[in-house]
Amino acid sequence: MRLTSVIAAAAATVLAAGVLTGPAAAQDYPTRPITMVVPFSAGGPTDTVARLVAQEMSGALGQQVVIENVGGAGGTIGAARVAKAEPDGYTLLLHHIGMATSATLYRKLPFDALADFRAVGLVTDVPMTIVARKDFPADDLKGLVTHVKANADKINMAHAGVGAASHLCGMLFQEALGTPLNTVPYKGTGPAINDLVGGQVDILCDQTTNTTGQIKGGAIKAYAVTTPDRVASLPDLPTTVEAGLPEVQVAVWHGIYAPKGTPDAVVQKLSAALQTALQSDLVKTRFAELGTAPVAQERATPDVHAAFLKEEIERWRPVIQRAGTYAD
Amino acid sequence: MDIFANLALGFGAAFSPMNLGLCFVGALVGTLIGVLPGLGPIATIAILLPITFSLDPLGALIMLAGIYYGAQYGGSTTAILVNMPGETSAVVTTLDGHQMARQGRAGPALAIAALGSFFAGTVATFLVALIGPLLAQAAQAFGPPEYFALMLFGLVGATVLASSSFVKAVAMILVGLLLGSIGSDIETGAPRLTFGIAQFAEGINFTTLAVGLFGVAEILRNLENPEQRGVLDKPIKGLMPTWADIRQSFPAVLRGTGIGSVLGILPGNGAVLAPYASYTLEKKLARDPGRFGRGAIEGVAGPESANNAGAQTSFIPLLTLGIPPNAVMAMMVGAMTIQGIIPGPQVMTENPRLFWGMIASMWIGNAMLVIINLPLVGVWVRLLRMPYRLLYPAILLFCCVGVYTVNGSYVDVLMLSVFGFAGYGLAKLGFEPAPLLLAFVLGPLMEENLRRSFLIARGDPMIFVERPLSLALLLMAVGLLLIVLMPSLRRKRDEAFRE
Repeated sequence: MRLTSVIAAAAATVLAAGVLTGPAAAQDYPTRPITMVVPFSAGGPTDTVARLVAQEMSGALGQQVVIENVGGAGGTIGAARVAKAEPDGYTLLLHHIGMATSATLYRKLPFDALADFRAVGLVTDVPMTIVARKDFPADDLKGLVTHVKANADKINMAHAGVGAASHLCGMLFQEALGTPLNTVPYKGTGPAINDLVGGQVDILCDQTTNTTGQIKGGAIKAYAVTTPDRVASLPDLPTTVEAGLPEVQVAVWHGIYAPKGTPDAVVQKLSAALQTALQSDLVKTRFAELGTAPVAQERATPDVHAAFLKEEIERWRPVIQRAGTYAD
Repeated sequence: MDIFANLALGFGAAFSPMNLGLCFVGALVGTLIGVLPGLGPIATIAILLPITFSLDPLGALIMLAGIYYGAQYGGSTTAILVNMPGETSAVVTTLDGHQMARQGRAGPALAIAALGSFFAGTVATFLVALIGPLLAQAAQAFGPPEYFALMLFGLVGATVLASSSFVKAVAMILVGLLLGSIGSDIETGAPRLTFGIAQFAEGINFTTLAVGLFGVAEILRNLENPEQRGVLDKPIKGLMPTWADIRQSFPAVLRGTGIGSVLGILPGNGAVLAPYASYTLEKKLARDPGRFGRGAIEGVAGPESANNAGAQTSFIPLLTLGIPPNAVMAMMVGAMTIQGIIPGPQVMTENPRLFWGMIASMWIGNAMLVIINLPLVGVWVRLLRMPYRLLYPAILLFCCVGVYTVNGSYVDVLMLSVFGFAGYGLAKLGFEPAPLLLAFVLGPLMEENLRRSFLIARGDPMIFVERPLSLALLLMAVGLLLIVLMPSLRRKRDEAFRE
């Protein structure tokens, strides 16, 4: 009897404290460093994007935004951790297109990409490039398509593993051609590009972050970029629309998420900080060198991001189901 | 000649007070984390990445590179002193290095590791400068079939790592292959042997396995005999190697340097094989192979040199092709891109100051490591005098912290204790964990390249014998297997004749 009343009193105190300090905490937010989970290993392209943005967001928020790399299982382990985190704005997630595709790629996920998160804003759309070994016979995208169709049984298309951006783009490319190709999986883009440079495999579709250096160095041949606009770092490279393969439209978009239940005021503050970060010179120049650009200001907002995530989940679901590849 | 102008440019850039300081800091931090069991360069570089923001690109890379090869040095210290390899490369060093320490010769073992590494680093650095770009092109001829054949060769060599029976070594290799196959299937993405645990989806972590099987198991074994002061049961015999030691080690250092330099250039992380290959070679060349596993100094000198030479030349694929051969190099790529340098073949021509500055800094860093490490030999050896009731809890704590930092996952810490008990059981039954670890590292690489080869060849196994490089490596593997099997076959025949 006495014990239960003590517990009840304690619970009431905690609840009261929660109610009283809740809104105040949201107004003062942030009062301590914020952890931004990157669900991939340090040094990768997503990590690079996150670190650049986190540094500039730290300035805007007046608190350090610390990157924590929680890699594994195509980004789902890190995402699951944030889904279960306290919704106080001190644990965030920066994830890429995998947030949308994992909803179909994984048949059992410990979280729901739409229901368990609050979108904060989009960060960048990293374009992808269709590239081939440097002695590949075709000279433009049309030639590539003709050659690949005619020699479908001899072509080897590399990708960086099930669910990787290069794998998604490869699926779209094969759908557009209407010809299934022999695909050769690698553990990551590094070894895939290495074998492409060495002429062991024929074609690959990968992010500009990974291919720009090799294209500029003349180690591989580039045919097209998969976004509506050309990229500044490779101005001579046509888009897939210009070059006659408009079906292959894909960008490795990145977004920031907070756990569901995070107060509106906190999400708004984070979104504002993200917009400030995206306009900084450092982010603009570094992104440009990587062959990408920050998203327009109106896309770095919770509403646009949430709607876009939903669209992307629906867009990829049939593509993945038709290919019949799952990651679990 | 061009090369001298380039090197002059490099040394000019690397010798600025700021860059010298960063090189020193990197080498020192690397040594420290290498010495702390479980804490590896990957976690450290990840933690330090934000700091490099405020540095200029060359300084940042010099520091990070220093951490990388500093950790290789430091890793050998823990391997020798407490039988705990924190890095793939240090596994071999435990075999004879820790035996030397048990015989009171920890000092010479540490010193020869440092001197051998310095020699190897110097040679490899000049190789990088002289013919790096050419070699990188040549290494591109290495496709999936060649890697498969190379890894197969390494696996056969793993049997030599055991000083006990051949059958037990094979058993350990098979267990290692099995552990290595845990994770997602590379082609279909299907989970294998994960038992529904999400953390297993990318396989077991090397650090967890190595620190558990060697380190934690070693502590458990020592707890069994609380009175016995394992490492210090013999008086310490001198800190520096004798002339006889150096004479004995020098050929091993030369051979190790050669092996390490060649394997390091391969962009598919061939460097991982370097210390193993060197150990195998030394054991085969030795007049009395029975000394190996009981404190043979060549068994420390050769692999340590090979390891460091490989660490230096593994920068070649990164710097000349923009392709990271291993996880640490992938982090360097991240550091470069954050700095606005896009890795690729153009770095050498567009950014010669960065390219040659890095190369010059490697040599400076190696010299600094000797300066840092030789005086420390005495300190490390004295550390062993620390009572084990203080030393062991500290080591265990560092192991747990180190393993946790790799993925930030408590599952890894649990696995560490599981492997610790498994290692203890294996040691009790007379199984040696070194072949298991090598198989664990090589297995996934072998499988990947085997399946990739078949995919490229549309299932035709002739791809392995049609390509001359692959054929040569396969023949070498068969040859090595015969050499390994010959003594035991002959013994059996002798026994048969006797009856």
